[in-house]
Amino acid sequence: MTTQMTASYLPEGLPIPVPEPDGLSAPYWAGLREERLLVQRCAHCGTWQFGPEWICHHCHAFDPEWVEIEPRGRIYSWERVWHPAHASLKNHGPYLAVLVELPYAGLVRMVGNLLGDPMQTVAIGAEVRGVYEHHHQADPAYSLLHWTLA
Amino acid sequence: MSRERTLRGRVAVVGIGETQYYKHGQSPDAEFKLALKAILAACADAGLDPRQIDGFASYSDDRSEATRLAAALGLPRLRTATMQWGGGGGGCCAAVANGASAIATGQADCVVVFRSLAQGQYGRFGQTSGVNTASGEKAYLMPYGVLSPPQRFAMRVQRYMHEHGVRQEALRAIALASYHHAQANPRAVMHGRPLDEARYDESRWIAEPFHLFDCCMENDGAAALVLVDAERARDFSNKPVYLLGAASGSGYRFAAHPHNSADYASANFGTVARDLYDMARVTPADVGVVQSYENFTGGVVMALAEHGFFKPQEANDFLTLENLTAPNGRLPLNTSGGNLAECYMHGFELVLEAVRQVRGTSTSQAPRHDVALVVGGPMVAPASNLMFGSEDVL
Repeated sequence: MTTQMTASYLPEGLPIPVPEPDGLSAPYWAGLREERLLVQRCAHCGTWQFGPEWICHHCHAFDPEWVEIEPRGRIYSWERVWHPAHASLKNHGPYLAVLVELPYAGLVRMVGNLLGDPMQTVAIGAEVRGVYEHHHQADPAYSLLHWTLA
Repeated sequence: MSRERTLRGRVAVVGIGETQYYKHGQSPDAEFKLALKAILAACADAGLDPRQIDGFASYSDDRSEATRLAAALGLPRLRTATMQWGGGGGGCCAAVANGASAIATGQADCVVVFRSLAQGQYGRFGQTSGVNTASGEKAYLMPYGVLSPPQRFAMRVQRYMHEHGVRQEALRAIALASYHHAQANPRAVMHGRPLDEARYDESRWIAEPFHLFDCCMENDGAAALVLVDAERARDFSNKPVYLLGAASGSGYRFAAHPHNSADYASANFGTVARDLYDMARVTPADVGVVQSYENFTGGVVMALAEHGFFKPQEANDFLTLENLTAPNGRLPLNTSGGNLAECYMHGFELVLEAVRQVRGTSTSQAPRHDVALVVGGPMVAPASNLMFGSEDVL
């Protein structure tokens, strides 16, 4: 269903994602390392929630559960980035970032990169599936979730 | 005394001042010195002894702290010091409201509202450096190369253009209007640097749908204004400019990270615009001139629609250079050149320009200027706005 990538979409050197000091998003980042996409879903009222929070925004039950979902969605918006805003992106680009909404998780949205030709025509509404990108050698090690046309 | 809970007509601007505006990195003065210069310029404009200042208000974590200012200026006493939560320019109007609230509730008599910013001295908003790890909202964005403000806002605008059929020409008209007005304004960093359609179209992409000229500048400078109680305003030499209303805040879960706002393709004025018009007791038709914060032109499109000047699907027809320029346009917009072409004073130059419009002293004066709207940073949370008016509309 998902495929592992061999090379990273963007050059190394960008900020490494880590959980907040209070650990709120730790299950999400740990899940990506195991190729499991976890999103919060309130056990009390069933409301989906992403990014995570300590409380369900709908019913105010604390500590919403983390639920594994299919990394499938559709493109909600996109941008083609040309100007490098970080030293590691100099002379790299353009590249595509997409905002993907997840129908299997209450239409929560996630930002990732759209794999393939950076000059491809991007259609809002197009179906995409997730592709994990592992940075095992990084310190600390981390994994990202990209998207490719389904 | 009235029990109505409002700022309408209670407080007035009696002085405005700014430093010279510089490209980023070109200020010969330290940021704090810029703040002092702008504050003293505003006092001089008001004809006010600076020792009468008894409060400060600012936003976006301005580094020129109120207590240091009070010590540096030898103020006999400081009675209010407020900082509006939230980054970006979303607080540029709320800071005025916070200062005005202190006066209206008897906590202070003379409040200076200001912004000082030397991006050349403290790091540019448009570049990320020295960051090895990211957490919170940034963790979901930065590893994917979504780092700088244009990259963080482009997808909101792209979605808005998709939903409402807004064309690139609508964004272009906003950039052209700012540059047009900057040519008449000797304070403007882009004075003498006109922009036409071809130069816009040929300019490089920063992040689609933003060309270079859709993005604000990065500058060094400071700007300030002086607020006093409306009863005292006529004692000053300038024509008083009254606060008719102010509002700030955010719609339902607008700040949900990452990019999970319920109303994503929005500038976040759904609730804030309504509150402003209610307090100011005016309608969009009463507004003669608008200063609308251009972090990016696309945010201005959304903000103007959310303030009721046109429906989103009418944006292409409304947003033309003709319609947006003084003196003959339907709705003169960003008449000093604004963030795009006067100075990115984090929106505070727009607040000063609205004061000039009501006074009748703009370098691109709108013919209808008794009611002047300022819209703070679109697409951020909290956002804010305010309405100024002349004595005639009180």
